[in-house]
Amino acid sequence: MKFLIFILGPSLLAIAVPLYNRIEPRLAGFPVFYWYLLLLIPFGSLCLYLYDRGRSDDRRPE
Amino acid sequence: MIDALNKPAAAVFVGFFLFVSVLGFIAAHWKRADLDDLHEWGLGGRRFGPWISWFLIGGDLYTAYTVIAVPSVVYAIGAYGFFAIPYTILIYPLLYVVFPKLWSETHKHGYLTAGDYVYGRFNNRWLEGAVAFTGILATMPYIALQLIGMEKVIKALGFSAEGFMGHMPLGIAFLLLALYTYKSGLRAPAMIAFVKDLMIYVVVIAAIIIIPARLGGYGAIFDAAQSVFTEKMVISQGKIVAGIMLTPGQIMPFITLAIGSAMALFMYPHALTGILSASGGKAIRTNAITLPAYSVALVLIALMGYMAHAAGIRTQDPQDAVPQLFLTMFPDWFAGFAFASIAIGALVPAAIMSIGAANTFTRNLWKPLFQPAISTRDEAALAKFTSLLVKVGALFVILFMPTKFALDLQLLGGIWMIQIFPAIVCGLFSRRFNGTGLLAGWSLGMALGTWLSWGATAWTPLTKLFGYANFGIYNGLTALAVNLIVAYCVSRLSPWDQYAHLPGNQKEWL
Repeated sequence: MKFLIFILGPSLLAIAVPLYNRIEPRLAGFPVFYWYLLLLIPFGSLCLYLYDRGRSDDRRPE
Repeated sequence: MIDALNKPAAAVFVGFFLFVSVLGFIAAHWKRADLDDLHEWGLGGRRFGPWISWFLIGGDLYTAYTVIAVPSVVYAIGAYGFFAIPYTILIYPLLYVVFPKLWSETHKHGYLTAGDYVYGRFNNRWLEGAVAFTGILATMPYIALQLIGMEKVIKALGFSAEGFMGHMPLGIAFLLLALYTYKSGLRAPAMIAFVKDLMIYVVVIAAIIIIPARLGGYGAIFDAAQSVFTEKMVISQGKIVAGIMLTPGQIMPFITLAIGSAMALFMYPHALTGILSASGGKAIRTNAITLPAYSVALVLIALMGYMAHAAGIRTQDPQDAVPQLFLTMFPDWFAGFAFASIAIGALVPAAIMSIGAANTFTRNLWKPLFQPAISTRDEAALAKFTSLLVKVGALFVILFMPTKFALDLQLLGGIWMIQIFPAIVCGLFSRRFNGTGLLAGWSLGMALGTWLSWGATAWTPLTKLFGYANFGIYNGLTALAVNLIVAYCVSRLSPWDQYAHLPGNQKEWL
């Protein structure tokens, strides 16, 4: 379940093009298409970070 | 020849170039070890922690060609060129899930390449050869494209000459690159990558502050680009489709190109070299979390395609848009700095690519075919020599082949690369595939991908499935689907080919 949300979630948001293929509302001059992608990048990174932290509780030795 | 040379820009450019060349040679003494061992020369002894890996993998993925090509597509047709962004969003979950596992497999058995792993896993020399062949085939045009990126900025410096002399600067740059890669191995690009990235970030930050301020803000930049595209579409009577939003017909190609490119990326020998040189699974996972910082820079670099429109730059060749933009917007010395960052951005991946291809050739083609009992020293010597050959080969591609041909090959390279995805990834997570099946899948995938892309006048990466106008699918993915189905079915039908070795606890990730 965690895997679905944190790993696949951002990926699905990235390819859900009809969701963000629009101009308005603009943010600081950027159409939706651009600010959506720009914000999705750190969001995806954050999801991986949270997943990684959750994993490390039962970390096995490497 | 140098009458039109932009002297301040050229001086800064040459200065930085020489600086990194010196670094490349010094790198041989960094983390000192025996460079006559292929593990040391070709993988840096697998001792690169999270920081070094960050720069190395980053330098590997975001190349000079990216800095030139992505904004040039954006300049030419707009939003479609941004498929590179969802693509770079998709690669990191993939990196996080798959590659720490591949790293520990390769570490446990002393594998250096994808071919090594495939042979160890499936005990099939033909499959190993197929994987190695695909990697080398796809890497050659990729290196050649790095050279094109370099040539663009050298031209923008104002250097112009006919014939042989025209390629002189490129030849010298490549000779230096070849020499220090030969001497220092993977340590050279790892060290240079630090400098390159610092420079790229300085350029990007300067660009996103200075350029919009001079062009009236981002809103004005997007509006200007849209009006140029609208005009273009009217003039071409709808033949050119361009805009700051995707048209309905572009959506499926956009999505499938992003997915397909993401799956292909880490199959390239150079990407694997970058990942396998990490010090462990933790370094790789940390990088999957932190590497997206480059994607933010890539969005901003892509936007330079629009900035060029807003700045009124009109060029026949869209690949000149970004160099022209720098020359218009920045003082000469800073344009030289920016060009140097792009050219050095070509050196890092070109070095890693030639090392990756050389490792692959030595281990997975030469050794099994001609010299099974090769000693470790001879192996390293052969790989070093091959890395020279690969670079000379790429230089010849640029000198004697039309640029368009290199571009087409690069396009096909991605389609080919995905076809080894099943051999690498299915083997890590499943017992249901065997070497015979994967080899059959690979053959059909390669043939179908190439056939679909074949065009009378040009290669096209997309095919409209089932005749729907809005259903253009990236050929790499179509071929991969066939590849997987065939691989699975043939594996089921050939139960005698079951190789016992399987990576331990394959469930741990899910």
